[in-house]
Amino acid sequence: MRIREYSTKGISFRKFLYILPFMLLLAVFAYYPLYGWVYAFFDYSPPIPLSKSPFVGLQWFRSLIENQVKIDQLLQVIKNTFGMSGLGLLFSWLPMIFAIFLNEIKAVRFRKFVQTVTTLPNFISWVLVYSLAFSMFSSEGIVNGLLKQLGLIDSPILFLQNSDHVWITMWLWTIWKTLGWSAILYIAAITGIDDSLYEAAHVDGATRMQVIWNVILPSMLPTYFVLLMLQIAGFLNNGLEQYFVFQNAFNKENIQVLDLYVYNLAMGGGSYSVSVAISMLKSLISVVLLFSVNGFSKLLRGESIV
Amino acid sequence: MRKAVQVSPTDKMITVLIYVLFSLFACVCVYPFYSIIINTISANDISARGDVVFYPRHIHFQNYLDVFKIPGLGNAALISLGRTVIGTLLTVGASAFLGFMFSQEDMWGRRFWYRFTVITMFFNAGIIPWYLTMRSLHLTNNFLAYILPTIVAPFFIILVKTFVESTPKELQQAASIDGAGTMMIFFRIILPISKPILATVAIFTAVDQWNSFQDTLLLVTDSKLYTLQFILYNYINQASSLSTMVNLQNAGSTAIASLATEQTTTSIRMTVTIIVVAPILLIYPIFQRFFVKGIMIGAVKG
Repeated sequence: MRIREYSTKGISFRKFLYILPFMLLLAVFAYYPLYGWVYAFFDYSPPIPLSKSPFVGLQWFRSLIENQVKIDQLLQVIKNTFGMSGLGLLFSWLPMIFAIFLNEIKAVRFRKFVQTVTTLPNFISWVLVYSLAFSMFSSEGIVNGLLKQLGLIDSPILFLQNSDHVWITMWLWTIWKTLGWSAILYIAAITGIDDSLYEAAHVDGATRMQVIWNVILPSMLPTYFVLLMLQIAGFLNNGLEQYFVFQNAFNKENIQVLDLYVYNLAMGGGSYSVSVAISMLKSLISVVLLFSVNGFSKLLRGESIV
Repeated sequence: MRKAVQVSPTDKMITVLIYVLFSLFACVCVYPFYSIIINTISANDISARGDVVFYPRHIHFQNYLDVFKIPGLGNAALISLGRTVIGTLLTVGASAFLGFMFSQEDMWGRRFWYRFTVITMFFNAGIIPWYLTMRSLHLTNNFLAYILPTIVAPFFIILVKTFVESTPKELQQAASIDGAGTMMIFFRIILPISKPILATVAIFTAVDQWNSFQDTLLLVTDSKLYTLQFILYNYINQASSLSTMVNLQNAGSTAIASLATEQTTTSIRMTVTIIVVAPILLIYPIFQRFFVKGIMIGAVKG
């Protein structure tokens, strides 16, 4: 291979050498962790290194379903994952509706203000969200203070320890944090709608709701479809942070999604191998989901999404 | 944009409803920030009872002086600032360079390496395999663990590549005829014209770095490497012992500790919260102009 700086037809190997260090970084930090999956096949318990740990084959995978207690525990985690991701899917149209109705506001300043303040929560960390939640809803928090002042309660309501509505409260916090931000793509889609469509609707004497229904909504559906497919692909990936910061001894049973369960198993209980086994299954299923929705998208719209 | 569509009573009702709902949601988004700010500058004994709801009472700023007496907070601020500055510089640099290089059609294996990069957005090994391999690379209790893993950021590379490809090819061709090499073209031509998109990348990276919590949680046990986010999380769970400690320190000095300025669990927690969120609130107005642009370019080819 000749090393050349620039050519119109030839191939530059030198240019590849420039990016090689970065590709190595990527290999180490994005691909090498896949090697961590081997821990699932060994009886690994620190501080004994992996090289001295006995190979156990699929023992950990079988152990996931070896007795009723473990099955029940895993089922509960899967139920939580499905419940919370399911709520997200069920209301995946909210950002679209948010954008549509925000666009109906004619007072530009008010609209800008709403957009600005509702996007802000997206840029703070889950730790900060939890800190805000704690200030609002803990037993000495502002909400309890207010309720006491109004004479509505005598003893504080323990909102954060409540385990009955965890799925809903977690979903509400997600909405609080991300709704304004998620609407931005749709707001952009609305801005891109051809004015002649509005004019045609106007000539036909369409009412406001008819314009929304027949002009605006259809032009947003492609965006919605792509985002919905990506959301389905990420069904098992709730992430760790939100559930980690909000978890406590009282709500643990209903808040543990797969990501948190895997973390608690390993970092809390030291069961690294089982944890890796679940992690591995989860990643594999996620990849299958991604390919499925991608295939579905190709079939339906003739376009792949990734 | 749109001229008067027919106005009917239902239309008016819808308008009113829209205004009410959006006002409510805007309040719900702003109020937590506002309430914590007014609490940190109110008398601490009133604030601890949850009695500061709409406006500050007995304003004082002692909390913001006292909070830096908590050991470790200053250090954590340095670590957070350090990772944000260094991490952002490196990620922006790498994104600019790789975005440019992946637009070079004559690069050996361009398609393959581009896919090799982009595909990492869609899978990951999982946090525990990641933790175990990071540990085997000695990246636990190591400042580099905050920086190295995020240097190559596929999404930002796509942003820059899309941007570079939208600029006229003649610029690069002319420069190369004048004898400029790849690096010269990158530094003299691509970097200057990519400023707007790089600003977007910078601001997103900076926010991500500042907010990052999970890496400290998994990889760091050495308190010298704790970030502000991590310390805040700890404070929420143990603020009572900290308030006692600050009060003891104050008792030793000549300052007269009154109930209004004595530190409480609530005052410590809220003041630290404001310190951690302040940089985000301060850059947000500048930031806002960039992110819409950024997400648009990303949406073209996501």
